[in-house]
Amino acid sequence: MKRALVLKLGLAASMFWGISAGQAEEPVSVKLSYIVDHPAIEAAKNGILAALNKAGYVDGKTMALEVQSAQGNMSTQAQINSKFVGDKPDLIIAISTPSAQTAMAATKDIPIVFAAVTDPLAAGLVDSYEAPGRNLTGASDMTPIDKHMELVRRIVPDVATIGVIYNGGEANSVAQVEVVKAEAAKAGLKVVEATATQSSAVLDAARSLVGKVDAIYVPTDSTVVSAIEAVARVGGEADIPVIAGDTGSVERGAIAALGFDYFDIGLAAGDYAVAVLKGESPAKLPVRFIDRLQLYLNPKAAAAMGVTLPDSLVKEATRVIE
Amino acid sequence: MTLFAFMGAVEAGLIFSLVGMAVYLSFRVLDFPDLTVDGSFPLGAAIAAVGIMHGIDPFAATALAMVAGFLAGLVTAVLHVRLNVLHLLASILVMLALYSVNLRIMGRPNLPLLAADTVFTPLQALPIPGYLALPLALAVVVLAAKLVLDWFLATEIGLALRAAGANSRMAAAHGIERGGMVALGLGLSNAYVALAGALFAQAQGFADVGMGVGVIIIGLAAVILGETLLPTRTVILATAAAVVGSLIYRIAIAFALNLDAIGLRAQDLNLVTAVLVVIAIAAAKLTQPGWMAAGRAVRVRQLPVARGAREDA
Repeated sequence: MKRALVLKLGLAASMFWGISAGQAEEPVSVKLSYIVDHPAIEAAKNGILAALNKAGYVDGKTMALEVQSAQGNMSTQAQINSKFVGDKPDLIIAISTPSAQTAMAATKDIPIVFAAVTDPLAAGLVDSYEAPGRNLTGASDMTPIDKHMELVRRIVPDVATIGVIYNGGEANSVAQVEVVKAEAAKAGLKVVEATATQSSAVLDAARSLVGKVDAIYVPTDSTVVSAIEAVARVGGEADIPVIAGDTGSVERGAIAALGFDYFDIGLAAGDYAVAVLKGESPAKLPVRFIDRLQLYLNPKAAAAMGVTLPDSLVKEATRVIE
Repeated sequence: MTLFAFMGAVEAGLIFSLVGMAVYLSFRVLDFPDLTVDGSFPLGAAIAAVGIMHGIDPFAATALAMVAGFLAGLVTAVLHVRLNVLHLLASILVMLALYSVNLRIMGRPNLPLLAADTVFTPLQALPIPGYLALPLALAVVVLAAKLVLDWFLATEIGLALRAAGANSRMAAAHGIERGGMVALGLGLSNAYVALAGALFAQAQGFADVGMGVGVIIIGLAAVILGETLLPTRTVILATAAAVVGSLIYRIAIAFALNLDAIGLRAQDLNLVTAVLVVIAIAAAKLTQPGWMAAGRAVRVRQLPVARGAREDA
């Protein structure tokens, strides 16, 4: 009788030991959310997960990952972050500006790594790019607009006025256009803006630039990029070269783009996720910007828009669309 | 569900119960499907955020947001009453216009408020944590808003407004002009929505021009859920139902967010939420006596005249 009890206690103790031993190797808890399902966001997510996997954090084994999409609704995004904070994870990952802002409102303690926030300073997320200062850091998807303007000048040497088509309701696009204006001012260029709040308005926006500009620049704006064919059509009809900020647009009719892959932004944010999980403080990790750039060219589109691409540029191209 | 997640749902539910009451006022009392709310919600957020950024007292900025919301509702009413624009179209036009107006007000699509003092800042002095203090403060605001609406709808003007919504011809026979009542009702309704937007922006620390997406759906869900779960014979019960409906809707989303364990994925959220709401409605229907005739009963209930007749009986 007594022996049985001892046995039972021993068994219970060993089970307890087993549980606590398991706890020592408990997987890290990572929560990831994004505002809306979108190819760029998907690519960034894959990049983050690739970086985590490479560092040995594998979902279901060494990492307990939960992914939530707010499906375009900001109040749902806020609720997703209250759920996350309640679960007390080791790390919260937020892709897109409102996702990062609502995560920040939900917790001041749990570390947050963001990705694909174009201007984290203007979004109030960080004190400065060099030292974020709070519980969050991450990777920006700000494109190198200075290099884009240089590209425009190499393709259209006598450019005096440049047209920009974007969605004025997108924080990320407005941040880019601010930089375009600053860069243009430095180079003595005039900027004419055209805005489209939905993809069906892009054609009209492009037409509004005809006769006013020497070149059209399309920033990485999901509304305009989704209707890039309309811009390319206007460019072809009115002999205005169209230069884009994302490489995907080149296959669809733009002359050239010096772009990056959202997967690489995800990788950069993912490296930070790993660093934070290993104990580094987000407050001290400077915001990362993308430096791996690819040049895509489309000579056929260039011919249609009345320009020839310089040979020196063709030599630098990562890819030339035939 | 953790306490934090639950309180998050309560917080969102309380803020959106203001939208629920607003939708009850426009959609049920005035019989006016008002989509202005998708624009007046971010309008409230924008006015409050810009006001606070310019050093205006957060309470004054919130009041200003309500005034702006009232004016937005008024514009919809004028389009409908004076220019005879169909009610649905009039509200869609104002919603459309407000998108540009909100961008103008904020100067950019997203305005952070994280470092600024808001109406919730005094709560930090309380010895209770923020996730409890915020819902408590919001509960007080919502209760006050409910009592004001109950009181208003019982005043002589409120009764006239209800009559104009229920049967405008009969109301006209009693010397009630429908146009004025629509203007007052939509103004008040959108002031409530703008208040919700202002509070949401201050609770979350930013205003965004995309904040209004789907607000009308949330308001309608709150009203319909509330009506299903609670009796709505009187105004007091109906406004209470809008609050309860909003809370239940938010808790349904909180449940939906926890369902990934059974194989549902992030992209299923909207579908799961919709199904949960339908289940809640169905459950309430099934527990009612004579549920077989429920379909017919709903149709009768939606006719304000029939409802009045039934109350008289």
